[in-house]
Amino acid sequence: MKLLVPVKRVVDYNVKVRVKADHTGVETANVKMSMNPFDEIAVEEAVRLKEKGAATEIIAVSAGPSACQEQIRTALAMGADRGILIEHDGLLEPLAVAKLLKAVIAKESPDLVILGKQAIDDDMNATGQMLAALLGWPQGTYASKVEPADGGIKVTREVDGGLERLQLKLPAIVTTDLRLNEPRYASLPNIMKARKKPIETLKPADLGVDVSPRLTVLKVEEPPKRQAGKKVGSVQELVDKLRNEAKVI
Amino acid sequence: MAVLVLADHDGSAVTQPTRSAIAAAGKLGDVTLLVLGPRAAAESAAKVAGVAKVLHTEDALYENGLAEPLAALLVSMAEGYSHLLAPASAAGKNVMPRVAALLDVQVISDIAGVIDADTFVRPIYAGNALATVKSADPKKVITVRAASFDPAAAEGGSAAIEAAPKGEDPGLSNFLGAEIAKSERPELTAAKVVISGGRAMGSAENFHIIESVADKLGAAVGASRAAVDAGYAPNDHQVGQTGKIVAPDLYIAVGISGAIQHLAGMKDSKVIVAINKDEEAPIFSVADYGLVGDLFKVMPEFETEIGKK
Ligand SMILES: Cc1cc2nc3c(=O)[nH]c(=O)nc-3n(C[C@H](O)[C@H](O)[C@H](O)COP(=O)(O)OP(=O)(O)OC[C@H]3O[C@@H](n4cnc5c(N)ncnc54)[C@H](O)[C@@H]3O)c2cc1C
Repeated sequence: MKLLVPVKRVVDYNVKVRVKADHTGVETANVKMSMNPFDEIAVEEAVRLKEKGAATEIIAVSAGPSACQEQIRTALAMGADRGILIEHDGLLEPLAVAKLLKAVIAKESPDLVILGKQAIDDDMNATGQMLAALLGWPQGTYASKVEPADGGIKVTREVDGGLERLQLKLPAIVTTDLRLNEPRYASLPNIMKARKKPIETLKPADLGVDVSPRLTVLKVEEPPKRQAGKKVGSVQELVDKLRNEAKVI
Repeated sequence: MAVLVLADHDGSAVTQPTRSAIAAAGKLGDVTLLVLGPRAAAESAAKVAGVAKVLHTEDALYENGLAEPLAALLVSMAEGYSHLLAPASAAGKNVMPRVAALLDVQVISDIAGVIDADTFVRPIYAGNALATVKSADPKKVITVRAASFDPAAAEGGSAAIEAAPKGEDPGLSNFLGAEIAKSERPELTAAKVVISGGRAMGSAENFHIIESVADKLGAAVGASRAAVDAGYAPNDHQVGQTGKIVAPDLYIAVGISGAIQHLAGMKDSKVIVAINKDEEAPIFSVADYGLVGDLFKVMPEFETEIGKK
């Protein structure tokens, strides 16, 4: 089984983002960037499938500015075999990314594509489903377990109310939820080895894809701020406040 | 303009998040509701205020909400509608991006406001910023953040129920089974009171401390990611950026530090209570009432105190 894992470069999850003074977006200059955490889980799952002997090759793909090479290198250090960078400066929406990935998939013919369920910057939760649609492939989103089974794959999904299990035909799309696995840290020798692994660079035009955004961001604002309230001294005081001041119990 | 809303239901009534999606859809045009499942669900859906028409089928193809046939059906129906909406539930988030891609439009996920037919407000970066976006697509495909829209009333409408069209089965996936917890407690995203436990609970057994207070308050039970990861609480209890978004009248956070990913899921609650032994915990910066103390001492007292009249 050949695996493809898309990875996104995002503002690190520990950074408290700030809205730009001119309300055009959030401050990303001089901010720590990382691989989207759900994509790390996707890379980890791919590497585990390969370690189990269920997969033969893992290709990590990132779309965005040339700095996305860092995230591809991280994936290579975790165990991916080679990388593809689709270089583009400027905003890429999930639909555009799905079209770019579809074009890469036409060349690479993977059996399974594992994506993060959501990018923690735009919080769209869309690329995997959109890619599945464009390819006409089945989708197993929000996966907490992935097992090759009966010539396809069995996916356990986190849904409202609990878990459900699906059997998908291959080729298929899986998106990861938090409980799928705990991603490894790349070891120093593997980071060194990853430097020698190949990364191919393409442009959207090479793939014949129009990536013009469909959404115009009119403004980006800070949400209304919550004021810290007061500390209460005892349980009695707390219950009294909830009953008689806030009137919520 | 005509707007199609995909309903979530429990077999007999549409969910409260669906009624929030109906409220959002009502700002855009006449609402047609698509109900897939038992007739009873369609009948109760027809009574929801603001619903002009219900389209209904009991076709077993949609019984388990598989994304592939469901998206195919929605796409086949899209012609007559300017907007297609669903609540931002696990089901809605699963299918609507697929529908959007099939229609060659960019999905607009998790909207928290409707400005006009093309323009919507949506949270980004774990709700640390609100983006106002204008779509240039001919059709809009949208999921709706329930906590941001007061739900349409469950009663008051009298919509006609018509048959939904028959869709095709792409035959790509099979439903094997599910483990869905049955609970007498209110649904997390619909509850007026939510009490959540964090890593500090220490075990699944200790989580009963939260549950028994929840039962006294008629509250839903939530959890932080750390508590879910550790197996103290089931996955669908996770509140936060990548879990459930809640905005109850009262949210009680017990032994939760208040990471931005958690705050993203609950900071729009009306009143927030934090119980934490660390007075520096960030959760206190959003709490209306903070109590510094050991939860294992505080919670039993709290339970006794709310039991008194
Ligand atoms: C991609 C990504 C997505 C995420 N999504 C979510 C999400 O949706 N929801 C979410 O919640 N988190 C999410 N997180 C995790 C988040 O960053 C935090 O790690 C998590 O919220 C911490 O959970 P916690 O507050 O229970 O644990 P901790 O941060 O460990 O806090 C425990 C708290 O309990 C207090 N405490 C300890 N003992 C006691 C006691 N006896 N009595 C009283 N207080 C006590 C401590 O003072 C501390 O403040 C996500 C992280 C990532 C990377």
